[in-house]
Amino acid sequence: MNGYDFTFAGERLTALGSGALWWGARRLLCVSDLHLGKSERIARRGGTPLPPYEVADTLDRLSADLERTRPNTVICLGDSFDDTEAAHVLPEPARLRIAALQAGRRWIWIEGNHDPGPVTMGGSHLAELATGPLLFRHIARHGAQGEISGHYHPKAALRLRGRSLSRPAFLVDTARIVLPAYGTYTGGLRSDAPVLAQLMRPEALAIVTGATPHAVPMPR
Amino acid sequence: MPQLPALLTDWFTAKGWSVHPHQQAMFDRADRPATLLIAPTGGGKTMAGFLPTLAELAKGQHQGLHTLYVSPLKALAADIKRNLRTPVDEIGLAVRIEDRTGDTSATQKKRQRADPPHILLTTPESLALLTSYEDAPRMFAGLRRVVVDEIHALAESKRGDQLMLALARLQTLCPDLRRVGLSATVEDPEAIARFLARHPDPCEILLADPGPDPDIAMLETEEMPPWSGGGAAYSIPAVLDQIRRHRTTLIFHNTRAQAEIFFHNLWLANDEGLPIGIHHGSLDRTQRERVEAAMVRGELRAIVCTGSLDLGIDWGDVDLVIQIGAPKNVKRLVQRIGRANHRYNAPSKALLVPANRFEVVECIAALEAVRAHALDGDPRGPGPSDVLCQHILIAACSGPFDADALFAEMTSAGPYADLARPDFDACLDFCATGGYALRAYDRWQRLQQRPDGQWQLRDPRSAQRIRQNIGTIQDTDTLKVRLQRNRGGKPLGEIEEGFAASLTPGDTFLIGGQIVRYEGLRDMVVEVSRRADKKPKIATFMGTKFATSTQLSARILDLFARADWPQLPRHTADWLALQRRVSRLPERGRLLVESFPQDGREHLCVYGFAGRNAMQTLGLLLTKRMEETGLNPLGFVATDYAVLIWGLEATTDPAPLFEIDSLRAGLEQWLAGNAVMKRTFRASATIAGLIERNLGGQRKTGRQATFSSDILYDTLQKYDPDHLMMQITRAEAMRGLVDFGRIEEMIARVGDRIDLVRLDRVTPLAAPLFLEVGKVPVQGAAEERLLAEESARLLADAGLSV
Repeated sequence: MNGYDFTFAGERLTALGSGALWWGARRLLCVSDLHLGKSERIARRGGTPLPPYEVADTLDRLSADLERTRPNTVICLGDSFDDTEAAHVLPEPARLRIAALQAGRRWIWIEGNHDPGPVTMGGSHLAELATGPLLFRHIARHGAQGEISGHYHPKAALRLRGRSLSRPAFLVDTARIVLPAYGTYTGGLRSDAPVLAQLMRPEALAIVTGATPHAVPMPR
Repeated sequence: MPQLPALLTDWFTAKGWSVHPHQQAMFDRADRPATLLIAPTGGGKTMAGFLPTLAELAKGQHQGLHTLYVSPLKALAADIKRNLRTPVDEIGLAVRIEDRTGDTSATQKKRQRADPPHILLTTPESLALLTSYEDAPRMFAGLRRVVVDEIHALAESKRGDQLMLALARLQTLCPDLRRVGLSATVEDPEAIARFLARHPDPCEILLADPGPDPDIAMLETEEMPPWSGGGAAYSIPAVLDQIRRHRTTLIFHNTRAQAEIFFHNLWLANDEGLPIGIHHGSLDRTQRERVEAAMVRGELRAIVCTGSLDLGIDWGDVDLVIQIGAPKNVKRLVQRIGRANHRYNAPSKALLVPANRFEVVECIAALEAVRAHALDGDPRGPGPSDVLCQHILIAACSGPFDADALFAEMTSAGPYADLARPDFDACLDFCATGGYALRAYDRWQRLQQRPDGQWQLRDPRSAQRIRQNIGTIQDTDTLKVRLQRNRGGKPLGEIEEGFAASLTPGDTFLIGGQIVRYEGLRDMVVEVSRRADKKPKIATFMGTKFATSTQLSARILDLFARADWPQLPRHTADWLALQRRVSRLPERGRLLVESFPQDGREHLCVYGFAGRNAMQTLGLLLTKRMEETGLNPLGFVATDYAVLIWGLEATTDPAPLFEIDSLRAGLEQWLAGNAVMKRTFRASATIAGLIERNLGGQRKTGRQATFSSDILYDTLQKYDPDHLMMQITRAEAMRGLVDFGRIEEMIARVGDRIDLVRLDRVTPLAAPLFLEVGKVPVQGAAEERLLAEESARLLADAGLSV
C-alpha cells in the first residue's frame, strides 16, 4: 500500500498519501475534517458562491481509499460537516453516496466543533472513541496518551534545495497523532504555529502527504 | 466662441503668463462630450483640464459637485489639490476642493457624501466605491465635468477599465457630463480616445506642441557595471556627483527592492550629508507624505523613487532625471524623462544608468529609439470580464437594476463598446448564481430577480462584503512592518507575506532606507527593531514588471549583429566579444540555446528575446515537454531576453522541444495545471468577486479557516472546466501572462535555425539570470525525488530511523 508505516502506542499504523490513517490490524480507516457542505454554508451566510463540487470531490477520494483498504470500520474524526445545517441539507446524491460507502461496515461520526450535534445519516455518533490503546477525538488534549485527533489541519513547510513546499501533514509523536484535513475545501495550519509547536513533543515527526508520503522532523 | 472670463485672464496677466494655445483650445471645446489632450509634461495640462471648470464656477451659482478629477495616484490627487488651491484663492473664487482616496478619514468621507465639494479629486477605486452607495444619485447630482489625468497610464490596466465603467454609471446619473482626458505622449492617440469616449459619441483629440527633444545620455562612470544584478551600486559615486551638480534629481528605479538597496548604498556614500529621500508605494503613508512635503519645500536634493513618482506630480524644481536599470519600453522612458524640467519648451535632462552589462546594451538601444522618436506599444484588446463582473455587483450594491439598462450603460464604456449580450448575460449569471454547470445555489443566490424583473442583492448584508472587495489592484498579500514597542511602534511600511515567511528572528532587511532586525510576527504585523548588526537580506517587493517591447528587443538584436560596438562602453563591448568567443551572440533569425552544468544542476538557457511574459510561457511549455521526456526539470526563471531552465538531466537535442505545433498543442493541456494560470485565476477571481481579499481582521483568526485559491482552480478544472472564471483566466493569461503570440512570432522568425551550444560552465550572457527573482518551480517527478532525498537526509541528521 502507498503509505508510510510507523508504530504508535504499540500498534502498526499507516499514514496514507491521501491524508487518511490506516490501522491494518483492526481494518480501521480514519479520516478527519471532511468539512462537507462548506460551499453551501458560505453561500447561505451571504458569502461568495464557490464551485459547489467539493462534496463530490471529497467523497470521490474517500471512496477510492475505501476501495483500496476495504475497512471494517471507518472513523470520521469530527468536522465531517461544515456545520449542522450543512449536514441536514446535503444534496440527495451525496447522501446516497455516503449510504453506499457505509454499507457493510461500522461507521463512526466523532463530533467536532463544526458539527457538535447528531447527523441525520447512518452510522453512530460519538463524542470520542477509545478502542484498544488508541483514543479517537476531534481536538487534542494536553496529557493524553495514544490519542488520535484532527481539528488543526496541520501542514508542513519544507525548503528543498532552495525551493519551498507546503503540504498537509500528519504530526506524530509518542503520545499523539494529529491528522491532516481530508476535505477538499480546507486550508492548513503550519506546524510551526505556536499551538502545534507547543502541543507536539520535541521528537515529533511530520509525515508529508502526496504521491508518496515522507516523514521529516516536524518543522518548528 | 466663448471667452475666458476676465477674472481668469486677469489672473494670468497678473502672473505674467499667457494662456497656452492648447489651454485656449480646451476651453473652446468645453461643451464637447469628450476631449483628449495630448501634451508633454510641464505643458500646463492640468490647468487646461480645469479652465472650463474654473470659468463655470466663477459664476458662483453652482451647488454641489461640479468637477470630478480622477488620477491613478493618491499622491497626484493631493498634489493637484495644492496646485489648484493657489489660483482659486488668488482669483478669489469661493470653491471647495477636496480629495478622497484610501487615505481619507472615515469622518471626512462621510461628510463628503452628504455635502460634496465643488471639485473632488479621487482615484478609480475610490470612485467605484462611491458609485456603489445607494445615495450615489444624490451625491453626483449636478456633476458637470470629469477630468481623467494621466489617462495613458490608466488605459494600460484594469484600473482604467474599471474607471470607464464607473464613468458610464455617472453618465447615466448625469447625462450632460462632459469628459476630458489628459495624456502624455503616446504612440496611438486614437486608441486612448476610443477608451475615453462615451460610445457612440466621438472624442476629439487635441495635440499640444510636444516641445524640444530631451537631452538624454548614458551616465559615464569610472567603475564598470557588474556582470549581473540590478543594484547599480557601482554608479553611486557618479550619481552623487550628478546630484551635487543639479538642484533636484529624481532617481527612478524599476522595482521597490532596487530602490531600497540603492538608497541604502547612496546614504552610506553620502559623506556630505546631502538631503536625499526615498519614496515608493510600500512605505508607510506618513513617511511618504514627509518626503513629498520636503520635496515641495525644495529641501531635498534627490529622491530615490519608483513608479510611485512616475506620473505628473509637480515637484517643482526637478532639473535631472536619472533612470537606474533598463527602461524596458521607450514610451515609458520618454514619459519619465518628462519629469525633469517642468517648464514648457525647455528640454528635459536625463541620464540612463544600466544596472549590469546586459542593460548597457538595452540602454543604448533605447537611446537610439528616443532619438528616432520611435515609440512602442501594443494594442490592449477589449475590456476583461472580471472587471465587468465586479461592476455588476457594484451596481447591485447601489440598488436594484434592470439588466437591459445596465447592458446599455456598460457598452457605452470604451473598453466594453463591443461587448456581446451573451457575454454580459454570462457575467450576470455568474454574479447571481455562481454560473456553475451544477445549479447548487437556488436558495442562496447572490443576486435575485424580483417579480418586476429587476435584479437585487438577496442578502443586503452582502453589500458590505462586495464593497470591501472593490478594486483591480492585486495586493500581493503584504504585511505591515512596525518597530517593536509595548503598544505597537512606528509603522515603517509593508513587505510581502512570502518574504516575511522566509524570515527567522535575527534576520535583517531594508525598509525605508534603514536596516531593521526581524523580531517576530504578532497579530499579522511584522515586528522589527533597529538592532541591526548583519548585512541586510533584501526585501522582495513585488514590483510591476514590464516586458521589454517588441521594438526594443529587435533593436537589441540588431546591435548584437554589428561587427563591433563603438557606441558601447569598452567593458560591455568586451563582454559581448567574450560571449561571441566562448559561445555565440543571439541573432534575429536564429535561436541560441546554451546547455551547461552549474551548482550541481543541468541548465538550459534559451535566448528567445520575446519579452518577459512570452519567455515565461516558453519556460512553462518547455519544462512540461522536458518533464514528459524524463529530463526532470526543477524550475525556471524568465527575463525579457531569455529563459533559464534547471533540472537533473542535460538536454542534448533541443529541436523537438521547439516544434510550434507541439508547443501549440501542448498549450491548451498545459494551461490547465500550471502556477501562472493559478496566479492569474486568483487575480481574476478576486476582481470578479469569487474570492474575497484577505482582510487583516479575518486573517488573525487563523489559517485553517481559509484555503488556497489553487484548490478552487483545481476543482473547477476537474468538474467545470468551461466555467466563466476558467474562460476569463485563459483569456487573461493568453494576452497578458501567456503572450503566446510573441512565441509564435519568435518561432516563425527562427524556423529550424536552432543552435545548441554545449559548454562546461555558465556563459557571460547567462550569468545574470541566476540572480533573477520570480523563479517558477516545476511540480513534477523531480519534486518527489527531492522530497525523498530531503526526508532521508533530515531523518539521518536528526538521528532518527524509520
